Amino acid sequence: MIKPGKMFAEVMNNVFRKPATELYPFVKTEKPDKFRGKLEFYSEKCIGCKLCMKDCPSNAITINKIGEKKFEAIIDLDKCVYCAQCVDTCPKKALAATKEFELAQLVHSKLRVTLNANIEVKKTTEGQA
Amino acid sequence: MGKVMIPIGPQHPALKEPASFNITLDGEKILDMIVKVGYNHRGIEKACEQRTYIQDIYLLERVCGICSHTHSTCFLQAVEEIAALELPKRAHYLRTIVAELERVHSHLLWLGVAGHEVGFDTLLMYSWRDREIVMDILSMLTGNRVNYAMNTVGGVRRDISPDQIKTILPLVDILEERTKYYIQVASEEVTLIERLSKVGTLSHDDALKLGAAGPTARASGRDIDVRRDDPYAAYADLSFKVITDNHNDVLGRTLVRVGELMESYKMIRQLLKNIPEGPIAVKAPRKIQAGEALSRYEAPRGEDVHYVKANGTDRPERVKVRAPTLANVQAVAAMLKNGYLADIPIVVAAIDPCFSCTDRMMVSMKDANSRKENFIDWKTLRQYSIDWYKQNRGVDMSKIKISKRW
Ligand code: SF4
Ligand code: SF4
Repeated sequence: MIKPGKMFAEVMNNVFRKPATELYPFVKTEKPDKFRGKLEFYSEKCIGCKLCMKDCPSNAITINKIGEKKFEAIIDLDKCVYCAQCVDTCPKKALAATKEFELAQLVHSKLRVTLNANIEVKKTTEGQA
Repeated sequence: MGKVMIPIGPQHPALKEPASFNITLDGEKILDMIVKVGYNHRGIEKACEQRTYIQDIYLLERVCGICSHTHSTCFLQAVEEIAALELPKRAHYLRTIVAELERVHSHLLWLGVAGHEVGFDTLLMYSWRDREIVMDILSMLTGNRVNYAMNTVGGVRRDISPDQIKTILPLVDILEERTKYYIQVASEEVTLIERLSKVGTLSHDDALKLGAAGPTARASGRDIDVRRDDPYAAYADLSFKVITDNHNDVLGRTLVRVGELMESYKMIRQLLKNIPEGPIAVKAPRKIQAGEALSRYEAPRGEDVHYVKANGTDRPERVKVRAPTLANVQAVAAMLKNGYLADIPIVVAAIDPCFSCTDRMMVSMKDANSRKENFIDWKTLRQYSIDWYKQNRGVDMSKIKISKRW
């Protein structure tokens, strides 16, 4: 039979259901295993081939040599599109995507992070920024 | 009162994306309408030429936030054709699974938007809540909710596990149950039917003449679907119906979309059941041999076309993207002719437009002697292109016969 209010029963049912939304930021959902968040860098594995820099679609990653067979990765969190192509490209598995996604910053320079650098180098880059 | 002309857009509070509608009104009745796009040109095609094939995947994925898998797959199909890469079957299946899930999320999203445009926000709330189920499946399979980054040259990047298949199947059942309910609502709720039927009519002939694509064309009785007519990925292995409708109006477009949802669930089940074992990608060269290819893909909104020209380097020489909205947008003017001003939001929404995806470089052809912008007629345009090809490419196209219809 055609009558208006077809969804009325559905609406009434839902009045007594718990909300479908999450109370973010108080409740955080678990991210899926394949989630592509902020990158992680294992400097001891990196060989400095810079293939990750070549494949990054947004020029977000820079690999610098900081010593004999020692490298640091500088990532612009605002440029990165979290595609994890660099993770796939790296022949030594020196990069990995984490589940970290809350990366907003009020200060722009804080979006440029240096991963696994020794303390001295970190200070100088921060000083420049 | 005489005729009134109202410009809506390019910037207007009611528009979600910039587009311009020049409407000539007699009272509430629309006498004429001119639709113009081109205010959101992002230079994506040019940017593609400056990046490698691998980087282009992620760039083209961002042509559209809703059908991102569409654009990357369509582009890669062309690249893989040029490079003569034979993809493993499992890769084709995985691409198709994500493609159909994407259609489900896009159509459910549209259903909500359409409900919102006619003031039926109850429908918006529930269909978007249910859409979360498919978003969860997508993020489980690919990692993220949007811009899945699933594709790579020569295959896909992420595999599916038997456990995941087991988790997905019951979720698809829930979605199917909910969609059945929405079909019931769309075909029985009298307020919705009264609001949508006979609104924005596009006759079968007009749909053909204006080159409408996808659900917009299928709701005007055009039986076209790239998935069946020119199967790509794993579609040749699937059995499904192409949903058409003869209502020719917004109600028809709604019924086609909800009907397509049911077909998508059928396809997802077949894909999950029959997915073959094996590798998910083949090794692809960084440099693609010279050649060109055109690739077609049935996006949720209609046929998407990518053209790629390779020159032997690791960067394409030319990439051309034609998003389905470009095929549908001119039909909006025909739909609204003799309609009412209040119908504009829902009729525009009914083609599921994506203006930002559509915008490419626009050259407006002006009469050399006048400063006013002219719309040139079909004959002049044809002559112009014949002359252009003769001069620039040395081909004479004037002998080609065109259909009488024109
Ligand atoms: S691709 Fe891997 S090994 Fe090479 S520079 Fe980048 S992080 Fe280091
Ligand atoms: S995740 Fe993508 S955008 Fe970010 S640094 Fe890696 S390759 Fe570049």
